[in-house]
Amino acid sequence: MYWNREIETAPRYQMEHLQSLRLSQVVGRVYENVPYYRAKMDAAGVKPSDIQNVSDLRKLPFTVKQDLRDTYPYGLFATPLENVVRIHASSGTTGKQTVVGYTDHDIDVWSECTARALAAAGGTAKDFIHVSYGYGLFTGGLGIHYGVEKLHATAIPVSVGNTKRQIQIMQDFGSTIICCTPSYAMYLAETMEEMGIDKSSLKLKAGVFGAEPWSENMRKEIEKRLGIKAFDIYGLSEVMGPGVSFECEEQTGMHINEDHFIPEIIDPDTGEVLPDGEEGELVFTCITKQALPLIRYRTRDIAMLTHEKCSCGRTLVKMKKPCGRTDDMLIIRGVNVFPTQIESVLLNMGETAPHYQLIVDRVGTLDTLEVMVEMSDTLFSDTVKDLEANERKIRNAIESTIGIAAKVTLVEPKTLERSEGKAKRVIDKRKI
Amino acid sequence: MLIKQISVFVENKPGRLAEISSILAEKNIDIRALSIADTTDFGILRLIVNDPDGAESALKQAGLTVSITRVIGIGVTDRPGGLSGALKLLLKNGIAVEYMYAFIGRSKEEAYVILRVNDNERAAKALSESGYTVLESSGVYGM
Repeated sequence: MYWNREIETAPRYQMEHLQSLRLSQVVGRVYENVPYYRAKMDAAGVKPSDIQNVSDLRKLPFTVKQDLRDTYPYGLFATPLENVVRIHASSGTTGKQTVVGYTDHDIDVWSECTARALAAAGGTAKDFIHVSYGYGLFTGGLGIHYGVEKLHATAIPVSVGNTKRQIQIMQDFGSTIICCTPSYAMYLAETMEEMGIDKSSLKLKAGVFGAEPWSENMRKEIEKRLGIKAFDIYGLSEVMGPGVSFECEEQTGMHINEDHFIPEIIDPDTGEVLPDGEEGELVFTCITKQALPLIRYRTRDIAMLTHEKCSCGRTLVKMKKPCGRTDDMLIIRGVNVFPTQIESVLLNMGETAPHYQLIVDRVGTLDTLEVMVEMSDTLFSDTVKDLEANERKIRNAIESTIGIAAKVTLVEPKTLERSEGKAKRVIDKRKI
Repeated sequence: MLIKQISVFVENKPGRLAEISSILAEKNIDIRALSIADTTDFGILRLIVNDPDGAESALKQAGLTVSITRVIGIGVTDRPGGLSGALKLLLKNGIAVEYMYAFIGRSKEEAYVILRVNDNERAAKALSESGYTVLESSGVYGM
């Protein structure tokens, strides 16, 4: 049930003491080793010695995604590259990815955090854990995988795709816990039903689902159709990957691994720190990572914190499931997509003032993306062949930039909504 | 020799063609020939009009995407085999036809065909040397 009882049920004062110690150490380390942070702290008039306690956190400047972009790829790393044993990357707001790195100590911390998540979902060394997140630069697959091995359970690293084969593997290899996106879990359930496979023919007892938002309704659907208990997991690559926080059997919020990541909720407009129970932007400070310890990283996720007693016995602070974003990032089939990435693609193709709109929908259980692009003189051609070739070129460029396939629809000029302020770039028709 | 053809991008939505023809009507522009290439999502409307420059500016002003393509127009005998003879000739001369569309004029002997080919000069030369009428642009506009 607990992976690390001592930490997971530690009294508050002990946790805060540990956090304060680790915080002052990490601030010293980034000040010494990361010129970008030193400059930021100097500009804010803050010295490492000013940070002794968790409550001093608010003296420090925030870190935002743009900082990672400005120091692409390794500018925020706090350790020499020869100590970095792994690189992961996730979507950037335009063409370039957001790059993160890990030392072997960091991988160990990550595995510990994910193991806690799997244990909270009932996982033990006897389980066969079916890892259906993508393996690669995406933190999902490998993140969960190392947690499975830390738990000493058996990892079945299927990655994504080939649903019929996944079902056969679940049946034959005896998967007991499945890890994937919630919409993929629904898709699996649907495919099994179509194939006439009863859920009782599987040994699944639980699922750990994340990488995209999902509702209580969706949880109930998944639990019913797969005959399992469905647990939430949260994370982001900039902070670590999956396992920053995880749900327990109470299923009323996620416990944050705060011995590694100190959370705050802030007012996104003023930066003021908000108390428990108030909704605002989730911010994390990494106090144990060596390669890329981000200080007060603004996640752009809107959530709230609570220190209320949890029936599971864990004292780790809980966060409510994120209920929105402060930016325009979308999550489509578990992949982060920024509308500005599409804009970059069109600009690169010679479009000087691209007008486009993203239509996101969910057909059945899987997300779809349609990109409407206004016709222009550069894109137009007299032959269908050339026009279709241009359409294909856009489609391929979008797919290679954002990592998922999109339908491209060419529309007449001036037909997409214009507005005085920010153009309405996204129409999200999904009802989660 | 070369005829200015107007190509217009048309979305597959009701009313688009009606609107385009209204815009031309308002400017007193007369359509001589037309064709439309359609796909699932869009169409390319190709027009031969009596005032291609006027049509281009009127359509562009209305916010449509328009381009001008140089095409050739020929006359073939309006009897079975008239067209195939011309096409065989182009094939023999290694000229590729991108697309074509035909229209009837006032002549009783000839039918007219607009062709977009990959080499206008050579096509026109080959056709006229074999006795086909290669239409003058002014003739087409003023038909």
